[in-house]
Amino acid sequence: MDKFWQTLADLDRRWLFAVTFLAISIPLLTGIVLPQKVTPMVENVFNAIDELPSGTKILIPLDYDPSAEGELQPMADAFVRHAAQKKHKLYFMTIWPTGVAMIQRQIATLKKEYPEYEYGKDYVNLGYRPGYEGVIKLITSDLPKLYGSDQQGTPVSKISMMAEIDSIKKFPLIVNVSAGDPGLKQWVQYAATPFDSIEIVGGTTGVQASTLYPYIPNQMIGMIAGIKPAAEYEKLMFEKYPEIEEVPSSNMANVYMTSQEAAHFMLIAIIILGNVVMWQTSGKRGRS
Amino acid sequence: MLKRTVPIVIASVVGFLLIFAKFSPPISSWENEVVMWFDILAVFAFVLGAGNLNLNNLKKISERKEGWGYAAITLLAFWITLICGIGKLGVPPNERYLTYLWSGEYDAEGSSFWWVFNYVYVPLAATMFATLAFYISSAAFRAFRANNVEASLLLITALLVLVAQTSSGPMLSELIPEDSLFAIFKIDTIRGVLVNLFNTLGTRAIMIGIALGVVSTSLKVLLGVDQSYLGGD
Repeated sequence: MDKFWQTLADLDRRWLFAVTFLAISIPLLTGIVLPQKVTPMVENVFNAIDELPSGTKILIPLDYDPSAEGELQPMADAFVRHAAQKKHKLYFMTIWPTGVAMIQRQIATLKKEYPEYEYGKDYVNLGYRPGYEGVIKLITSDLPKLYGSDQQGTPVSKISMMAEIDSIKKFPLIVNVSAGDPGLKQWVQYAATPFDSIEIVGGTTGVQASTLYPYIPNQMIGMIAGIKPAAEYEKLMFEKYPEIEEVPSSNMANVYMTSQEAAHFMLIAIIILGNVVMWQTSGKRGRS
Repeated sequence: MLKRTVPIVIASVVGFLLIFAKFSPPISSWENEVVMWFDILAVFAFVLGAGNLNLNNLKKISERKEGWGYAAITLLAFWITLICGIGKLGVPPNERYLTYLWSGEYDAEGSSFWWVFNYVYVPLAATMFATLAFYISSAAFRAFRANNVEASLLLITALLVLVAQTSSGPMLSELIPEDSLFAIFKIDTIRGVLVNLFNTLGTRAIMIGIALGVVSTSLKVLLGVDQSYLGGD
């Protein structure tokens, strides 16, 4: 028996890598979807978009890069699909240089799934501007000063949906998806907090969530932190708008959630096993 | 003397002026001007950064230092991306100006820059991040040990958070009746306490501490006491 525990203690980590690979990939390949129980915070985020009158101007800053795409893309997709379903006017921008490509993915979704959405009338891509949180501070008072043109170089004066936009105070809601700083925290601090007219909801990575909880609910309505709340959001969306569920890639958070479920239970098992091995082998060493 | 005094005076005057402007409506827009300057300065920073990257990596290659091959790959990747972007290689012309080859966007679908981003950068970045999962499982087995009380508390909290971030964990704990004594052991209740009490308290304390630190450091910079931003001679 001692030999068994010692073998486990000396276990080659490649076995752990193999178990991790199987735990993550098998659920992904099977495409199994688990039932979700919607938490109140996700419901609040959903309602923030859903209860706005159709045609409301929504600012959607996508501040993330491909490394966080696996976790954030499903929630960005869900936000955009939900907003488009409600016929809101969408204003995309980013303060991350890599965010431009993330916006392009959303625009591709709009073009494919909502062909009636017209560029310049229903959505606009304002693109990237350098300056980190300085960009947010500036556009709270003077948006055209920094955004004289959209991503394609078209002057904002020629874009009909930009006509009344002199600052972000014209947006009743900001829907930010971010993977770090500058991101959701800065949007809360510099845009939503100083101005009562601006509400904010966000999507963020699980690791970033702990630093953002203190802003809820006074400075931020709520947030989608990680894949699990994103899967809950999809569930709410499918319940209210069943036609979205028919789109093949609309339930990615739920598909990823099954992998996360397996990975989390695998981690719990590994942690418990590691401790049992420690108690068994250290006890033997102590007695000898 | 002049090399240090002039920057300190500029930083001090501009800093105090902007603080004053914040509380003076007629000149409050000055802040916006300064933010615009940042954009201009950022361009120079990009050039300096690129120059620095090239110099350091070329030096590494010419001296055949350990890992010079990586330096060569870095330079190659930098120049290929730069040429693809600035040269607008493979960019389809803008629909409105079809006769002008360079009228399209540098990152338009099908362009070489778009290809590099989507088929080189995206998979590499995603792979780097995904690799973490494997190291986490290895670390969980070898390092996450209940050696003492503090480590045990951390371990229990981690296990609860892991269960709370699953679908079945909270759903199974729903089997505990609401009016039961054990209702406090529902996963959602425990998660609520961890997030709203312990996490929020701890994070707020850290945030207030950081804010006070920022105020203190900023004052030191504005008053010229802290000159570390100028570098050491």
